[in-house]
Amino acid sequence: MTSLFEVVPEEAPADTPVRRLTISVNGEQHTLDVEPRLLLAHLVRQALGLTGTHVGCDTTNCGACTVLFDGSPVKSCTMFAVQADGHEITTVEGLASASELDPIQEGFKDEHGLQCGFCTPGMMLTAKALLNENPNPTEDEIRWALSGNLCRCTGYQNIVKAVLLAAAGLRNQEDAGEDETS
Amino acid sequence: MYPSRFAYEAPATVGEAIDVLRRAQGEAKVLAGGQSLVPMMKLRFASPEMLVDINNIPGLAYHFADPDGTYRIGALCRHVDLEKDADLPAQQPTIAAAAPVIADPIVRTRGTLVGSLCHADPQGDWASVMSALGGSIVAEGPRGRRSIPCVDFVNGPFQNLLEFDELAIEAFVPPPVGARSGGYLKLERRIGDFATVGVAVSVESTGAQVSRAGIGLTGVGPSTICADEAAEVLVGQDLNSDTIHRAAELASEISQPRSDHRGSAAYKRHIVATFVTRILSSLELATREAA
Repeated sequence: MTSLFEVVPEEAPADTPVRRLTISVNGEQHTLDVEPRLLLAHLVRQALGLTGTHVGCDTTNCGACTVLFDGSPVKSCTMFAVQADGHEITTVEGLASASELDPIQEGFKDEHGLQCGFCTPGMMLTAKALLNENPNPTEDEIRWALSGNLCRCTGYQNIVKAVLLAAAGLRNQEDAGEDETS
Repeated sequence: MYPSRFAYEAPATVGEAIDVLRRAQGEAKVLAGGQSLVPMMKLRFASPEMLVDINNIPGLAYHFADPDGTYRIGALCRHVDLEKDADLPAQQPTIAAAAPVIADPIVRTRGTLVGSLCHADPQGDWASVMSALGGSIVAEGPRGRRSIPCVDFVNGPFQNLLEFDELAIEAFVPPPVGARSGGYLKLERRIGDFATVGVAVSVESTGAQVSRAGIGLTGVGPSTICADEAAEVLVGQDLNSDTIHRAAELASEISQPRSDHRGSAAYKRHIVATFVTRILSSLELATREAA
């Protein structure tokens, strides 16, 4: 069991209601006791130490805290951790495997899809969900899908290019996979 | 930001949820999508003692047309479910036009139509859509079920007619008289902002003649405005430049916009007329093609 120190603060009254939840984060199961008011973003960052999920505006505008909830992008500052009980969460740390980057990450690297990098985790996870659903998006579809993620460096041009490149990379990967099996 | 402490219940059935609400005696809030409630709790505009999370109740995520044409949207139907339904534009064109412009794409994966209506934000998009369509909310409580028309449902900013032990389980749109058409247009400064102006139009027609019409306005008054007088001039008429012009003019007159950082009152009035004209003109073509 993970340390509960940050999840239920020591100074919390003894009668503070606590809920036990089991969630899968990047494929790993965690069972924790949490206060119902703990936000999913804080669970991920503080209890699990996955600080790639950024809390930007904390008011449901910016999308920096986006994680995938059963594959769908959600703003983790706008969900309570208890709501994730029994569900699967993917954070930016879940994108790369031990040896290689996800094609989304390759795209952001090659197209310089980041400046300060604060919005990047949210951008990449939203893009990941888009490409899972629509492997060949147009530029307009990408801009539409990313419209809930704000980049205050205003680096949108390269972010869109990065997603286009990632989509092409993923399609090539699939074509190569088909060639190998045929 | 943390909300103040609350107790959390996640009932597995509608009956259990109502029971929890009844026992909480008005100190509980229902959590569906939470895309308005959670931010309000974090800012401590809302500090409910208990949250009743209905997301674990199976069978509330539906949206479908009954055989008689009544269109039902369950309490856990997310905006994105409506946005991605390829059949919806033909069945419910006004709802289909509004779904993709609610908040932003990430909020739409969680937020719900029924939750938005219950939240009763005076500048919410769905209230004008559902008012234009003559829709209702179905509330279930210890005394059974009742339907409340959306035009009556909101009795103040962020207030609705639900009793503390009632759960809004669905919204529905009655079957059309004849063929249904309509649309929703929203002017916003950026995606995710409230509407500078939003216009919902619903037209039901038999042949080229309008049998029933509704016009709802977002963002141009203290709350949703039902432009009934404007819709009324269309009934019994066909859609031509004359009737469209009169409806647009009336809707613009009925609106009560205020000048603010989103635009001047005169500008917003102009947009109301423009949007009514645009939607109705696009329907005029549809009627002609169908005829």
